[in-house]
Amino acid sequence: GCAGVLERSREQLLRQTCEAVLLGVLHPRTAISLVLQVLSDAGSLLSCCLNAACMALLDAGLPLTALFCGVTCALQPDGSILLDPTARQEQEARAILTFAIASSEKKVLMATTKGSCSVEEMQQCLAAAQRAADTIFQFYRDSVCRRYSKS
Amino acid sequence: LSICSRTVEPLEYYRRFLKENCRPDGRELGEFRTTTVNIGKCLCSITTADGSALVKLGNTTVICGVKAELAAPAVDSANKGYIVPNVELPSLCAERFRSGPPGEEAQAASQFIADVIENSQMIVKEDLCIANGKLAWVLYCDIICLDYDGNLLDASVFALLAALKNVQLPLVTINEETGLSEVNLKQKNPLIIRKHPVATSFAIFDDTLLIVDPTAEEEDLATGTVTIVTDEEGRLCSVHKPGGSPLTGAKLQDCITRAITRHKEIKKLIDKVIKSITPK
Repeated sequence: GCAGVLERSREQLLRQTCEAVLLGVLHPRTAISLVLQVLSDAGSLLSCCLNAACMALLDAGLPLTALFCGVTCALQPDGSILLDPTARQEQEARAILTFAIASSEKKVLMATTKGSCSVEEMQQCLAAAQRAADTIFQFYRDSVCRRYSKS
Repeated sequence: LSICSRTVEPLEYYRRFLKENCRPDGRELGEFRTTTVNIGKCLCSITTADGSALVKLGNTTVICGVKAELAAPAVDSANKGYIVPNVELPSLCAERFRSGPPGEEAQAASQFIADVIENSQMIVKEDLCIANGKLAWVLYCDIICLDYDGNLLDASVFALLAALKNVQLPLVTINEETGLSEVNLKQKNPLIIRKHPVATSFAIFDDTLLIVDPTAEEEDLATGTVTIVTDEEGRLCSVHKPGGSPLTGAKLQDCITRAITRHKEIKKLIDKVIKSITPK
């Protein structure tokens, strides 16, 4: 439907994450426009958007200081951490934390939470997200290799 | 010479202060500006609102008015009322805001406040229900910035909390015979506030330094911001880091520790103010 407050908030998160890694000084007087269209939402939407944004920036050949990936962690009622939850798991979780992890030193580029959690739980989720970031960066590398090996 | 440097090279001007571990307005890196709050009809002077509060964080001035109205609950959540926050940044608060439809900052702030209310469960929507499926309260929380000098989110969350603590809801009963609601304005009950979330914002400078409670000038020069919302049990209601410089887990932990300390200060302030306006 119509773009509401939630979309604006997500746009701000994505825009500032991309701005942090893009080397804007190399493209003066240029507008870089990123358009994301959700085709289907089966959970972990924000981290999917982040991954799509990063891969699109890579494909465009824009100079970046680091790659970033989005990881969603769901804290289940029994205290266990679930990465990349489905929509159903998100609903049942008592907290959902989404992080954008940069490829350099696995620092946190963006963080947003839904629901409340303790400080220890947040740190555990962050550690799990940083470990999972490796898998996603490997996927980026494989995708880029595949793309350029065909042509 | 120093005045020219501030306008011509603001970042260098700031770096000179940061090297000495202080800021141009004399504060330390971890020091907050003077926080004052005025609650209620007498001090805050919104006589038409059910609850109101005016918060000043240094120069940043935010006023929050809460109006309670009656409505039918949604079909899929028949036992829940509504809380509708709205943050406005009118053109009078800073020259960067123009009149017209709400800009991105106002919309993102509104979403943030809605998330804080939902995450912290400060007001449980079931408490706002009067009659299951028929009648429930709608709390319209309007947060308006009167003077923007940075750190909007902290001031807004504090103003919202103070205004909600001030709300008195009249008793509403449904007449069995006519089926209409009857509002008893003489019998008023305060709102049940379960949690007291407090926000603490930080600005990130040059990818390394964290400064607390940034002014508008500092926010413009900063390379990123982080806002942490905690409740009285030390639980995290929100970690809001919308992009910006990357942070390590340890730096994030520092922010959280500072936020928990700040929570205690704000809670004491709000308790003191509420106690001073309650008629004995």
